[in-house]
Amino acid sequence: MSFDTWSDFFAMGGHGLYVWLAYGAALIVILLNVFGVRVARRRFFRQARALERRARELET
Amino acid sequence: MALTDTLRRWWHKLGSPRWFYEISGPWQTGLAVLATLLLLVGTIWGLAIAPADYQQGNSFRIIYVHVPTAIVSQTAYLLMGAAGLVLLVWRMKLADMVLAATVPFGMSMTALALFTGAVWGKPTWGAWWVWDARTTSMLVMLFLYIGLYALRQAIPREEAAGRACAVLALVGTVNIPIIKYSVDWWLTLHQPATFKLTEAPSMPAEMYLPLLLNVLGIYCLFGTNLIGRLKVTILERESRTQWVRQLVGSSGR
Repeated sequence: MSFDTWSDFFAMGGHGLYVWLAYGAALIVILLNVFGVRVARRRFFRQARALERRARELET
Repeated sequence: MALTDTLRRWWHKLGSPRWFYEISGPWQTGLAVLATLLLLVGTIWGLAIAPADYQQGNSFRIIYVHVPTAIVSQTAYLLMGAAGLVLLVWRMKLADMVLAATVPFGMSMTALALFTGAVWGKPTWGAWWVWDARTTSMLVMLFLYIGLYALRQAIPREEAAGRACAVLALVGTVNIPIIKYSVDWWLTLHQPATFKLTEAPSMPAEMYLPLLLNVLGIYCLFGTNLIGRLKVTILERESRTQWVRQLVGSSGR
């Protein structure tokens, strides 16, 4: 372990701002990528189902 | 010949979006699990357990985000170049879909590498941004990714858009060796490569092992993300086919 206390860990020897900015940005970008796929997938199925429904309504 | 026959059948199958859609599920899940494990262990190790650098102190821990994202963004670009080549030579539909599905992840990783580089540069070089060969060629790659995204949006005909993107992706691969060798060819502020395939790393093991885990983890993340996006792209482009309509029909409600 490189740090003795939690406050040492958060302070990062005075470089806390830089280290946490970098890791925070990475977390956000990774989550955006992970959820971006799910959102796109759900959107496709929602739109495709709506299209099918409309097609069926036009037939009847 | 039996071998060329098998090869041709395999190549043909590989080009089939439906076949890919149906076999890739376990890969997507497996890579997601691996990515989570590797990135968790690598990040905790890098942030809390690895020793601080004797010159840079704790700001050096940014390496565990910066290097993996920079490496994977270049690999993603090379993959797009290869996909572009396959599309132009063999007209394989799936290759164009791979090219399109790689753009968001590659673009976000390039941006992240540039951002973490800036955040690392401030305490280390004293400036957020330096017009140095490495940073400038990475910025060029970001513009190439943005260009690929914009080009596809700008051309309504799918086939023409695919071919234009393939050409741009292929031409842009020239930039990759420039990024790679920029630290050797020009006198730059940027430090040389941490990992080389031919040499043992100059860092101690407790510093480079977490980096190795995060590099592997980000590749797994790229894999699972690419498969996920590719599957959505396949559904969108094949939405008029029988098998996709059946899939939509059986998707609840």
